[in-house]
Amino acid sequence: MQAVLEVSDLYISYRGSKMGVPPEWAVKDLNLKVREGEAFGFLGPNGAGKTTTMNVLLGFLPPTSGTAYLFGVDVRRPIARQRIGYLPEQTYYYRFLSAVELLRFYAGIFRIPRGETEARIARVLRLVDLEDAGDRAIRTYSKGMQQRVGLAQALINEPDLLILDEPTSGLDPLGRMKVREIIRRLKEEGKTVFFSSHELGEVETVCDRVVIMHRGELKAEGTVQELVSAYAGNLEKAFLEIIGSGV
Amino acid sequence: MKNALAIGGIVIKELYRRKDFYVLFILTALITLGLGAMNFFNDARIVRYLKEICLLLIWVSTLVIAVVTAARQIPFEKETCTIFPLLAKPVTRWELVLGKFLGCWFAAGIALVVFYLFFAIITGTREHYWPVLNILQAVWMHWMMLGVVSALTIFGSVVFTAPSSNVTIVLLISVGILLIGRNLRMFALEMVEPARTILCVAYYSLPHLEFFDMRDLVIHDWGLAPWWAVGMATLYAAAYSIFLIVCAWLVFRRQVLS
Repeated sequence: MQAVLEVSDLYISYRGSKMGVPPEWAVKDLNLKVREGEAFGFLGPNGAGKTTTMNVLLGFLPPTSGTAYLFGVDVRRPIARQRIGYLPEQTYYYRFLSAVELLRFYAGIFRIPRGETEARIARVLRLVDLEDAGDRAIRTYSKGMQQRVGLAQALINEPDLLILDEPTSGLDPLGRMKVREIIRRLKEEGKTVFFSSHELGEVETVCDRVVIMHRGELKAEGTVQELVSAYAGNLEKAFLEIIGSGV
Repeated sequence: MKNALAIGGIVIKELYRRKDFYVLFILTALITLGLGAMNFFNDARIVRYLKEICLLLIWVSTLVIAVVTAARQIPFEKETCTIFPLLAKPVTRWELVLGKFLGCWFAAGIALVVFYLFFAIITGTREHYWPVLNILQAVWMHWMMLGVVSALTIFGSVVFTAPSSNVTIVLLISVGILLIGRNLRMFALEMVEPARTILCVAYYSLPHLEFFDMRDLVIHDWGLAPWWAVGMATLYAAAYSIFLIVCAWLVFRRQVLS
């Protein structure tokens, strides 16, 4: 199967704050390959380097060394982002716009033909259960609704790869369930999903394959079943053991 | 270019959904109408003073609108993290900077048209005379000046962290150039070295915003400025705006976003 996301020998450093101070590595020697149609979990405790890696994949941050490709295109080229959808951990959008206006703006960026735009907006709003609130200003939305607008904007270009950074963070159980259900539906549609999460239960139910990062290094990689059977019988215990806080 | 225009469209939407423009317009209208209702010493030429005050208010208001709108664009995108979903799409940083500039410039242009329309109605009804071409020329030159100021502010917004310091610095520079820009060379001649050279360099390198000030022509009905001069001033504004926007992009393209 073709790799939609490929990272090789990736190093990312934070520059030392003082001259002569050696750089601190946020990510060290990371190698990843995400295949088409896969739901890939990117796990690790806070400060493991997950968001930093995602920032490189999205072109926000240049890698110190190594390469990263999306669909075979170097991530430093904006065209690499044509076929991806991204949901940031904290969803902030132009609060003076309505969801429909926001989606129309992003549809314009993706050069979606005007005739198709409205149908596409209606479809993604239906998918995230926001069809009745689409014309309201985003500032009036609850946290869960804003997260779903985030998902809608990530889906407006019908992406082949979805990059989700903590998609359920800060949501109540109902909101979390809705987002999880949407991810599962997208996976069934054959989309590749790459997401970071702290919610191990969520990862266990949604992901085909996971990697566990700790202090910038890849500590374990495999299917959920492989990790569970190799370690103590459930993903939480496996996770704690791998990052060295085993009980 | 299409992406830049789409980003610019969002800036324009933001301007007319915020209150700043309406507050400044209502303030200008109230002051002008209040002064227009008075008649000092039965002076028939009082309308000239009215025109002068109204144009001064328009210059101050549009300068504030252009600077405040441009100063908050990129810092606000970073602060509220709206920049992340935007740059995660196939948008280059050049398109973002250009889009922000175009949005601010067009938004300032819309505000300018509303203000000058009000000015034309007020003075036209008092003088029973409609110098349409003079006003169009004044609007055009004013808009070109706001282009340079918007570009300078966008450049400041990627250099300075706080939008408030950027607003203060750009307003001081702009007002300083408008008030003493034309006299800098005369001041330089009276100075000793190295102040003389420094002032001369400043005179030739600063954008002379006063070139675009057509207020006297409109107030005193002195007729039109030569069109070639308007064309040259337009090229002058375009050169400065492009230079400042390219500088802003060069700084912004290297900034780490995280």
